[in-house]
Amino acid sequence: MTAPRAAGPTPGAVREPILEVRNLRKSYADKVVLADIDLTVSPGDVICLIGSSGSGKSTLLRCLNLLEDIDDGVVVFQGEEVSDPRCDRRAVRGRMGMVFQAYNLFPHLSVLDNITLAPRKVHRVGRVEAEGRAHELLERFGLADKAASHPDRLSGGQQQRVALVRALATRPALLLLDEITAALDPELVGDVLAIVRDLAEEGTTMVLATHEMTFAREVATSVCFLDAGRVLESGPPAQIFSAPREERTRQFLRRVLPPG
Amino acid sequence: MTTPDPAAWEPSDRELERRAVRRRMALRSRLIATLAVGAFLAVTLGAILASPGWPRVQETFFSWEHARDSFGEIWKGFWRYNVVIFLIAEPLILVLGLGLAVARQARSPWLTPVRGLAVVYTDLFRGVPTLLLVMLFGFGMPALQLQGVPNSGLFWAIVALVVSYAAYVAEVFRAGIESIHPSQLASADALGLSRGQAMRHVVVPQAVRRVIPPLLNDFVSLQKDTALVFVVGVLDAVWAAQDYGNYHFNYTPLVVVAVFFVVLTIPLARLTDWLQRRMAERERAGQR
Repeated sequence: MTAPRAAGPTPGAVREPILEVRNLRKSYADKVVLADIDLTVSPGDVICLIGSSGSGKSTLLRCLNLLEDIDDGVVVFQGEEVSDPRCDRRAVRGRMGMVFQAYNLFPHLSVLDNITLAPRKVHRVGRVEAEGRAHELLERFGLADKAASHPDRLSGGQQQRVALVRALATRPALLLLDEITAALDPELVGDVLAIVRDLAEEGTTMVLATHEMTFAREVATSVCFLDAGRVLESGPPAQIFSAPREERTRQFLRRVLPPG
Repeated sequence: MTTPDPAAWEPSDRELERRAVRRRMALRSRLIATLAVGAFLAVTLGAILASPGWPRVQETFFSWEHARDSFGEIWKGFWRYNVVIFLIAEPLILVLGLGLAVARQARSPWLTPVRGLAVVYTDLFRGVPTLLLVMLFGFGMPALQLQGVPNSGLFWAIVALVVSYAAYVAEVFRAGIESIHPSQLASADALGLSRGQAMRHVVVPQAVRRVIPPLLNDFVSLQKDTALVFVVGVLDAVWAAQDYGNYHFNYTPLVVVAVFFVVLTIPLARLTDWLQRRMAERERAGQR
């Protein structure tokens, strides 16, 4: 699943994977949503999950963040089996960041308080330090003047950038992005994706579900095509987009890729 | 890739092991819960039963014979008055309270007096102690000798409870209505619904779901306040208990009547819990 990166570490160096999923299975009552999922995420990887709606991309991300209990298989995060019922979920989530499609900002808190809530209450960072980091990130993402606003006052693109800042504020080892541009209009999509691209270039490790094929092709180190809850095909973007092995993948790409 | 039959799946060894761990953890939680409850009961009951005044308290408040002897009268008063008053008053309160809350949201200039009236009503009747309202209505209204309405104290006591509780319930409904996000009104507007239709079909149904727990609070409170009718001479369960107690110099009937009220509220609490759970399951599947 891991692919060599142009700007990656020395080739041949053994990199301990950040996240390893083996044989993951998830079902709701009788409906099997995910089956036999295998996934390895190494430091610096950007893994794009593609596939039609209902193929299980979001559920997979929610399983990785332990928002859903899995029915079988193993998830190992930084050497610890997090699918073990005895594992401390909050500690695990403290090392992962997640951004949702619908932003899920807290409407009663200002942008600054949204961002500093977890650093201060979960990670016990002092207010001054937490706000310093928040301002730094806001500045970088072009939101410096929005710190005191409440989320509902911002545009969708701005809200989603705040959500990204909120996820990054705790310096997570792994960032999970769940179709973060699906609710945005095309102009704003660009703003948000530019940030994700920056993060990728810095070497941020990410798993993202996305419908933005151009973005996936340019930024991903590896692309997974999910169909009906299974990873049908995965590999470097060049291979998946240019020479897909499976007929189903070709079908999907024909429908979503811009012609030409 | 071949797609194996999903039904053919067998849990892996790791999954079986995990299930065993989950079972052990659940068992451990239950054990801790049982121990905690047991320890709590042992300490509190021990403290009460070992207190020097317990035998005397047991005699005056928890006498089996007195409980048995007063039961019949309390039962009669309870069903004939407290339960009946509650069953009549509650639907009227819901209708009047919701009406007041919606009137307060009216935006048409023609309805300004209605809106003002709703505000004044709430301010006034929420401010007066319910006991005073029962007395004022119960004694004052029959004195007017109005034609065409009953002049019994019971009738006017019910009116007083409805008037008082409608003011509280109106505020509960208002809180629910105002908590619905403006985007819901916007999408109702966009579909061409009138403001009244938007209220009726979009805002109020969502608001009601949200305020069920505080509404239950007011229901229970009303059940208890049905006891206030005894001030206008309605011989309800609380009056029957006091009457028996005064005659026999024993407070046990007060405990009995308290148990009656508690028992009456529990089915209602479970019913609302169930209603809420059912709605949550239907409307928020998979959303967290």
